[in-house]
Amino acid sequence: MPAAFTREDVAKIAALANLELDPSEIDLFARQLGDILTYAEQVQQVDTTGVPPTASVITRPAADRVDEVRPSLNRDEALANAPDRALDAGFFKVPRVIG
Amino acid sequence: MTHDGAAGGTVREIRDAVRSRTRSAVEVCRDALARIEALEPQLHAFNTVIADRALARADAIDREPERWRDAPLAGVPVALKDNLSTRGVRTTASSRILDGYVPPYDATVVTRLEMAGAVIVGKTNCDEFAMGSSTENSAFGPVRNPWALDRTPGGSSGGSAAAVAARMAPLALGSDTGGSIRQPAALCGVVGLKPTYGRVSRYGLLAFGSSLDQIGPVTRTVHDAALALNVLAGADPADATSVPEPVPDYTAALTGDIRGARIGVPRALLAQGVDAAVARALDAALDVLESRGATIVDVELPHAGHAIPVYYLVATAEASSNLARYDGVRYGFRANPEPGTRNQELRTMYSRTRAQGFGAEVKRRIMLGTYVLSAGYYDAYYLKAQRVRTLILRDYEQAFTQGQAVDLIAMPTSPTPAFRIGERVEDPLQMYLADVFTVSANLAGLPALSVPCGFTADRLPIGLQLTGRHFDEATLLRVADAYERDTEWSTQPPPILSR
Repeated sequence: MPAAFTREDVAKIAALANLELDPSEIDLFARQLGDILTYAEQVQQVDTTGVPPTASVITRPAADRVDEVRPSLNRDEALANAPDRALDAGFFKVPRVIG
Repeated sequence: MTHDGAAGGTVREIRDAVRSRTRSAVEVCRDALARIEALEPQLHAFNTVIADRALARADAIDREPERWRDAPLAGVPVALKDNLSTRGVRTTASSRILDGYVPPYDATVVTRLEMAGAVIVGKTNCDEFAMGSSTENSAFGPVRNPWALDRTPGGSSGGSAAAVAARMAPLALGSDTGGSIRQPAALCGVVGLKPTYGRVSRYGLLAFGSSLDQIGPVTRTVHDAALALNVLAGADPADATSVPEPVPDYTAALTGDIRGARIGVPRALLAQGVDAAVARALDAALDVLESRGATIVDVELPHAGHAIPVYYLVATAEASSNLARYDGVRYGFRANPEPGTRNQELRTMYSRTRAQGFGAEVKRRIMLGTYVLSAGYYDAYYLKAQRVRTLILRDYEQAFTQGQAVDLIAMPTSPTPAFRIGERVEDPLQMYLADVFTVSANLAGLPALSVPCGFTADRLPIGLQLTGRHFDEATLLRVADAYERDTEWSTQPPPILSR
C-alpha cells in the first residue's frame, strides 16, 4: 500500500472522480493525500478480527410506505435548473456523444 | 433565565410575545432584519437574506392570530444553513457548482418550521458542502466570529452559529456530519444540538456523508433547543432513514432535577491536546453538575482515539459518491468544454465543470473518498474503517449499559477555542484533528449537544459537549438545561453587540 502518492496515482484517481486537475493541484494533492493516508493508516493496527462493518447505525428501519401514486415534480420544474435543456421535448441537453 | 428583549429575545420569549400579541411578528422580523443589516458587513454570516419574503410571511401570521395562537414557533425568525433546500430561494451550499440553483421543493425541516409559525429570514454561510471546521472553505469567503472578528466561528455551520450569537436570529438550523453544529456553537458561545441519527428527516439536505449527516438547531438556550427539536423531530416518508420513534415533548424534560444522573468522563481521551483553559472549564462544569446531584465517573472509550481517521475515511467515501451528481447536467454551473474529439466532449464537460465548480477542500475529499473506494484499497481503508466504526459504537454501548452504566458522556466540544482565520488552511490534516471530540457521536449515531461553559482569558467562548443514548435527547437536554440554570455563560452578549 503506497504511503506516498505519485503524480500518476493522483491523475488516475482524478480521472475516476471526473475531476480535471491542473499541475499545481496534482502536486499539492499528491503531498496532502499522502499525509492524510499515512495518518489514517493507524486504523490498520486495530484488531478487527470477527468485527462486522457498520455501514449504517439505524436501529429501527422505517416501515415500508404504501406503494401509491402521488404528485411529484412536473417536467418543467425538473428541467428548470438545467444549464441547457429542450423544454418542449423534455430533455436535458449535453455535449454531443454519438457520431 | 431572562434575556434582554431589546437584544433580540429568545425563541420562547418571541413566540410567547407573538402569541399573546404583545409584539407583532412583523415587528420581530424587522428587528432581526435590522440587526442582520447592521452586522452582516462585519460577520458575513449569510449567503442570502430574504427580507421581503420574511416580512410578507410575518404579516400573514399577524393577520391570522387565531390560526397561529398555539403555534410552537409563532413569528420566530429562523436562519437556515445554505445546504437546506428552500423552494424558490437559491441554495448554494456555499459552492460555485450550484450557481443559479433554485430548489423546486422544501426540505422537510423547512416545511415543519413553517407549519410551526417560523419566519425564515435567510440562508447562512458555511463551509462548501459542509466540508470544513472554520467556514474558510466557503466559495463566498469566511464567516467571522462575533466574539473576535479575526477568528473563525468554527464550521461547517459557522454562519448559523455566528447569526445566533450576534442575535441576528434566535434560532438557526445547521447540519452536523462530524461536529458541524456543535463545534461552531462552542466557538460562538451558543447551544448546538445534533440529534440521534434518524431523529430528524434529512430530506432536502444536500447530502455529504449520508450515514453521518443530521440536521439540528442552534439556539441561545437549551430550552430553545428543546422547543426547536419538538418541531423538527419525527419520521418522514420522504427519508427512509428517519425512524418512527415517538417524539416526546422535550421541554417537559427540563425539570432542573438531575439527581442521580450518571455522567462519564473519558479521561484517557482528554489526556493530551486539550487547551488548558478548556480543560479547566470542563472540570468546573463537572463540579456544577455534581453540586446539582449528578454523579461523575470515569469511562473508557478505548477506540475513540481512532475516530478521526475512521471518520475521514468513511465520510470522504460517502462524499465522493454523493457529490458525483454535480456534473453540470441537471442543475447549477456548467463549464464550456473546448472542442475536442467528439465522444470525449461529454467527459470533458463533466470534469471541467467539477474542476471549476468545486473548491480545494471538496476536491481533496472527493479524491480521498474515490481512492479509498477504488479497487485494491477498498478493503484496507473503507471496509477496515467501517469495522473500527463498529468498535467505536460498541465502546459507547458498553459505557451506557455496563459497569458503571452512565447516562451521558461529557467532554469538551472542541480541544481549543476559536482559532484565527488563515491559521490552519495550509494544513488540512491539522484542521481535521480539531474534530477529535465530535466525530464519534456521528460514527455512533448518538445525540450530542454543546452548551456554553466558560471563556478563555481572551473572552473566547468554550463549549461543554454532552453525548447521550440513542433517542435519549430528553436526558441530554435536561442535564444541559440544569447546568445552564446555574451558570450565566449563555446570557453574555458578544462584544460586536456593544460596539
